[in-house]
Amino acid sequence: MRQTNSSMDAKGVNHRGDPGVSTDKHFAGLSPLPRQLSAFKKDSQVKKVHLAGREYYSEDGNTYELRLIGKIKQQLNSDPTFRPEYPSPLGLRDFTQKAAEVTLGRNSRAILERQVLGVQTPGFSAAVRLGAELLRRLNSSTGAWRGPVYLSSPCDDSLAGIFQAAGYRDIRGYYYWDDKQRGICLERLLGDLDTAPERSVVVLSASAHYPTGADLCQSQWAVIAQLITKRKLFPFLLLPAQGLSYGDLEQDAWAVQYCASRGMELICTQSFSHCFGLYGEAVGHLLCISKHTSFLQSEADQIVRSLWAEPSAAGAHIVATVFNNPAHFVEWHDEMQHMVERCMLIRAVLKEKLRLLGTPGCWDHLTEQHGLFCRIGLSDQQIEFLSSRRHMYMLPSSCLNVSAINGCNLDYIAESIHQALTTP
Amino acid sequence: MSLFADVPQAPPVAVFKLTADFREDSHPQKVNLGVGAYRTDDCLPWVLPVVKKVERLIVEDNSLNHEYLPILGLPEFRSAASKVALGDDSPAIKDNRVGGVQALGGTGALRIGAEFLRRWYNGVNNTSTPIYVSAPTWENHNGVFADAGFKDIRPYHYWDAAKRGLDLTGLLDDLEKAPEHSVFVLHACAHNPTGTDPTQEEWKKIAEIMKRRKLFVFFDSAYQGFASGNLDKDAWAIRYFVSEEFELFVAQSFSKNFGLYNERVGNLTVVAKDNENLTRILSQMEKIVRTTWSNPPSQGARVVSKTLNCPELFAEWKGNVKTMADRVLFMRDELKSKLQALGTPGTWDHITQQIGMFSFTGLNPKQVEFMIKEKHVYLMASGRINMCGLTTKNIDYIAQAIHEAVTKVQ
Repeated sequence: MRQTNSSMDAKGVNHRGDPGVSTDKHFAGLSPLPRQLSAFKKDSQVKKVHLAGREYYSEDGNTYELRLIGKIKQQLNSDPTFRPEYPSPLGLRDFTQKAAEVTLGRNSRAILERQVLGVQTPGFSAAVRLGAELLRRLNSSTGAWRGPVYLSSPCDDSLAGIFQAAGYRDIRGYYYWDDKQRGICLERLLGDLDTAPERSVVVLSASAHYPTGADLCQSQWAVIAQLITKRKLFPFLLLPAQGLSYGDLEQDAWAVQYCASRGMELICTQSFSHCFGLYGEAVGHLLCISKHTSFLQSEADQIVRSLWAEPSAAGAHIVATVFNNPAHFVEWHDEMQHMVERCMLIRAVLKEKLRLLGTPGCWDHLTEQHGLFCRIGLSDQQIEFLSSRRHMYMLPSSCLNVSAINGCNLDYIAESIHQALTTP
Repeated sequence: MSLFADVPQAPPVAVFKLTADFREDSHPQKVNLGVGAYRTDDCLPWVLPVVKKVERLIVEDNSLNHEYLPILGLPEFRSAASKVALGDDSPAIKDNRVGGVQALGGTGALRIGAEFLRRWYNGVNNTSTPIYVSAPTWENHNGVFADAGFKDIRPYHYWDAAKRGLDLTGLLDDLEKAPEHSVFVLHACAHNPTGTDPTQEEWKKIAEIMKRRKLFVFFDSAYQGFASGNLDKDAWAIRYFVSEEFELFVAQSFSKNFGLYNERVGNLTVVAKDNENLTRILSQMEKIVRTTWSNPPSQGARVVSKTLNCPELFAEWKGNVKTMADRVLFMRDELKSKLQALGTPGTWDHITQQIGMFSFTGLNPKQVEFMIKEKHVYLMASGRINMCGLTTKNIDYIAQAIHEAVTKVQ
């Protein structure tokens, strides 16, 4: 997926800036999510099913607030000592310190050697934006360096736009998901990265790859990490729904810990929205492991001041409260595990339903993968069939939100998938 | 001779360094007149009673959904925020040509507006459109527009140090001479840092030239309600320009008038020629937001929205805002009287003529240094003080300090 250095790259995005007619559906007008949602809302069919949301849905089909979070909000609200102040541009220290600890482990050498910088950001995308801007500054104080950055194929459709907004002009893809294998093709992935120029940024999903749900296993990480070190590339790890893959924050962050333990410098962007049900509160975090933390800190401060000045406090306050209180932590951990177990159960049940229906194809990937999202592996026509004939909405890359499947719609969904694959 | 000869420009993070130095100072009578946040007479940040009430309502509301907000933000917040700036009966709102983009504070709103202008205004991706900011201005204006890609950021005459007031002649002259289509960042009220606003007649003159020379109007409105205590009065300039049929942007901040500094509540109001244009503008702004923070935080927006959309709460909020504005006005009166009573040389009318949170005292850098080092009264090198830092308990000490600075230090 190499692109040329012409003024329009393969994704049809103009190098001079954002304006430019794009032929790639990923950039046309609204991104897929809002379009799907808009189509879903306009659909008057009663039995419509929306599987393209980004939040965790409970069994009753709604997003919900964790019990503990509700309690903490009440507590914080009644706190007479609370005073509104401008937070620091880099966010609440209580939050960033704990976020680094739960990701890297309290005894992480990187933390002990003060090579870790944590910045609270207004959400995950903001963390990616800040990380992208920081890397450019790290590579050139004049801003001359503009990439390349490598994104997995496929990836979250907003990523390329974020890197572009951060000033990257050379945005490339590396092979990741293989339709036939319905999984990652490591050989081709390595092939693409092996030709990457030094200092290239490589964006990898630490867990819960979006939109495929297919994650690298530990042995694959070992090989990739070795290549990254050998070719002097820079790892940019995504951890958008930390906790929802394995029901454990540290386990979900294994890849980050692995790279850190190898002494690699890296950036990791995280969100605690999903595992805390705090979607509206934009609780993002940027973790940097580097020898140049004080440089990065002052650069981050500068960049943030002209982007959003300071992050919002509410969500980070809640998360910090949980992390800093062992009893809260246990209670919250239980609720989070419940969400994860439910997703695992749904995957198993769906797979079983499809097997009973005799739906063609292999559905092992449903249970081999983890997390909130699952790529079914349907063609565009099959996806179109599902939305127009069965009023079932998912993302164009046939990715669906597992938690949005429940007792009421499971049969309908399984039947729909079956029909999509068997109707000529 | 530079335009900036008598305007000392504070370095970017000066105000926070000042606060840091203040914290480390152990002098019992130390005072911080630096940072721009409201303080009560006990020198504490203030949770507005209406905010406390509304936050409680929100916490107890079981019907709230817990989803990401749309990219452009909470719809009822955006419309209420634009309405508070333009007025309930705004013809532009009736014509359906006003939109809003929820943003992370006033800074976020400015940034989205700047990014949009850089991409789509005066050509496509024209980074050389001149951006004019007042001399002096809020220090972050430069950074926001520069980081949005603009290469030509210039000052326009504003503060006249000699007469301690608005340099109208210089300002109008700059407007006449600016290249067509230049962008001018105007402070809607309570100019930061000088506290000096154009009169209504002066605004009319500014508007006339801007219309004739096709200059773009970008209002920064961070103090609506805070300046005079009256929302409509503080929005007069914005509404006048809208009535003169300008297409314009207003970057609004609710940090100060709601005391919601930590929740980052801002709105970029867009007034376009018609609904069709508005729709296209908003669609491009949505793309910009998507690559910046994607979905804005909901807590602050919910508080503001609930308050603005409920008549009772709205009235209560106006009362709270007036409380803050009145305290500032009282302190202005007090400071001027005390300086006059002490016989401090110079005229001190500007203290009560200026408006809003800040006052440009006219103290020079040496006098400022004296204030900080000898009297432990912390203020910006420009001589800017935050009136909210004055209380009935410290005002005598401060007046005395200023008196000494002016009489002992030249």
